[in-house]
Amino acid sequence: MTVKKEPIWIARDLAKCSGCRKCEITCSLFHENRIWPEASRIRVFMLVPGAEFPHFCAQCADYPCVEACPVDALSVNSKTGAVFVDKEKCTGCGQCIDACPGRIPHMHPTEGYILICDLCNGDPQCVKVCQEGEWNVLKKIPRKNYAYKLYARTPEEITRDLAVKLYGEIGEKFL
Amino acid sequence: MIFGYAGKFLEVNLSTENIKEIKFDDDVLKDYIGGRGLATKILWDRLGSKWETVDPLGPQNILLFLTGPLTGFFPGARICVSGKSPQSNGVVGSTVAGEFAVELKCAGYDGIIVTGESKKPVYLFIKDSDVEIRAAGHIWGKDAKQTVAMLTKECREILKSRFPRYGEWKEPAILYIGPAGENKVRTAVVAAKWTHAAGYGGYGAVMGSKKLKAVVAKGTGPLPEVADMEKVKQLMQVVCENAYESELWRRWGTGSAGYEVGAKTSSEPIRNWQEEWHDEKSFGVDKFENRVWIKPYWGDFGCPTTCLKIAMVRAGKFKGAITDNPDYELQAYLGTNFGIFTPEENVFLASLIDDLGLCGIQTGNLLGFAAELFQRRILTKEDLDGLEPKWGDAKAFAALAKKIALREGIGDLLAEGTYRAALKIREMKNVDVLQYAVQSKGIGIGAHGIRSGKDYPQIISYACSVQGGDHTSTAGLPLDGSGSELVEIFNDSAVYCNFNSFGLSRKVKFDFYKAVTGLKLTQEEWCNTKALRILQLQRAMLLLGGPDLKWNPKIHDDNPPRFYEPLPSGPYKGKTVDKAKFEEEKRRYYEAVEWDENGIPKTEILRKLELEDVDKTLEKLRR
Repeated sequence: MTVKKEPIWIARDLAKCSGCRKCEITCSLFHENRIWPEASRIRVFMLVPGAEFPHFCAQCADYPCVEACPVDALSVNSKTGAVFVDKEKCTGCGQCIDACPGRIPHMHPTEGYILICDLCNGDPQCVKVCQEGEWNVLKKIPRKNYAYKLYARTPEEITRDLAVKLYGEIGEKFL
Repeated sequence: MIFGYAGKFLEVNLSTENIKEIKFDDDVLKDYIGGRGLATKILWDRLGSKWETVDPLGPQNILLFLTGPLTGFFPGARICVSGKSPQSNGVVGSTVAGEFAVELKCAGYDGIIVTGESKKPVYLFIKDSDVEIRAAGHIWGKDAKQTVAMLTKECREILKSRFPRYGEWKEPAILYIGPAGENKVRTAVVAAKWTHAAGYGGYGAVMGSKKLKAVVAKGTGPLPEVADMEKVKQLMQVVCENAYESELWRRWGTGSAGYEVGAKTSSEPIRNWQEEWHDEKSFGVDKFENRVWIKPYWGDFGCPTTCLKIAMVRAGKFKGAITDNPDYELQAYLGTNFGIFTPEENVFLASLIDDLGLCGIQTGNLLGFAAELFQRRILTKEDLDGLEPKWGDAKAFAALAKKIALREGIGDLLAEGTYRAALKIREMKNVDVLQYAVQSKGIGIGAHGIRSGKDYPQIISYACSVQGGDHTSTAGLPLDGSGSELVEIFNDSAVYCNFNSFGLSRKVKFDFYKAVTGLKLTQEEWCNTKALRILQLQRAMLLLGGPDLKWNPKIHDDNPPRFYEPLPSGPYKGKTVDKAKFEEEKRRYYEAVEWDENGIPKTEILRKLELEDVDKTLEKLRR
């Protein structure tokens, strides 16, 4: 039986993240065939020990990054719902970073184009390793009409939330 | 150039502020690999001829942070910290988990060699090939959590201002010291995150002596190229799948041992090893799990096991204390060893020890020793500045730990570590307190006893180790067996977390080495030549010792006196180490590693291993 490709979303339960960074490792192996954390499309922030979480594209319904791109380097893959980066067109201007409510895109460390999660063409590798290890932070689900954009928040904001959830009121002072 | 290595090392002289890049010949890397092996080689080449005169806490000492070729590839990254140890006066390869090793390799360096000493507090900031020495006056004196927060913020702001179009900067990784390291306390650690520590060896004190508060690294490159990426990926999967199998290991880490090592194998330090058995169910892993663990899986780069758990006390008089697990060693040394059997008190003490930058094992050993002297009225309330470290009194132990970290009052004497403090107290009190010092070669013994014979099975484990009381590097026979120090040297030289290799065939490690480096290495070649060479070098420097202490194998290649006392309680009551049997085992070990009857490596083996200069230097000990 062939499975019809439909738009997906990666659901995330950030508080469960162990900080093992296997998602980063597998992402960079898939896209770069190297272990290259800074070239990974998903990055685990650990600004406060214990409050680790993967930071990656939330696939907002209105795709503000795509809107903001002055050179049309970004487009939406209609099959998966992922943002596609045209490496040739991208000038590395960074306007998509400013447009993203979570400042999620970041520059490829050597190639000068922007890195945004491409959902591995519908079969996200990060989800596989996270599930394989039973951390289950990440889960692939069909894309519906929910407010996914809420997940596009800055690392500082997410860290603060997680640190307070984990440590209570003293969580704030670790930032 | 060999695959798996970044290909260069950073050398920083803190006296002259000179920073340069250096390389080692492929032959050196082939023989000594990295981490502990390479540390031993560097230290011998640079300091061997004057070893006895080098003060570990002086500017001549060299501080090393070394990765290995498997670092970052073999799941579970660590880095090896080394130098001349202020505990043993020899070389200890002390590894710590975390992200630092990966950041460093991604920045293009296999390791850092720090020489000299700074006049003012500084930290080292590495961003790829941009390396700078920065002022650390504002962080000096700060505890673990403050240091991490301040440096994370400061360094991210620097990155942001220098690379405004990069996007959000992930935190750089940090190795640092707390107040104890700053005060050159010999039981101080080099720490990572809040709770990870390179404890054995006392290198936090070496960092403190160099006024180096921290090393911060952010690397944006990839890990080095490997010989066979497909094979590396396949082996990573083998290691991970093996780790995923052990559900309880993942769930509990070593946290189940605080109860079980006492109750089942009778080998846990209790009240300074006066007992090794307990059946305190209040200290069960379920109590930790249900009362204090707030994050069930916590790990470092690439780790499939995530054996760590974050613990926090939510209620009661120790409310707000945070640490990890504590793992078995700290459950024992900051729990049972003080007669403490509740998770809350244990977490409180571990949290404080983290904050002060002390080693939980070494300081727990030291405080237990002091408390036994108090119990025996050798040290009085007056000697202890009014403190009364009674068994079970967490607050009294905490107060004493603070004094040690700050070298206040009696803390100044205790800050010298169990063995050196024992020598001083013996002189002060004219009582042979060394009989209560449970250590080997200046290093407090890890929390695994040998009397019951049910835990660490070899009675020479600590007495014949080149890293003294270090429970992660123990001597054993046969030399190619699982209890052999030669096998452990591989973990610390290729540098990865040994916890992820439990249950794997040893061949996987050597296959991994080949897939990464492209070099074939067999178990025979490792044990008969390369590891043996590293062991002999470590032994040579340990025996040369100095300047304040030297070890005489006839006296010091021995168990602490306590291990010859019969176990007083539990299912193995009466069991002890038989001195004659120990002497026989020791003789067999000397024979296997080719040390003479005085414990000195023989000329023949040193020549065979092409260590002629070591042989020549050891002549003075043979006379």
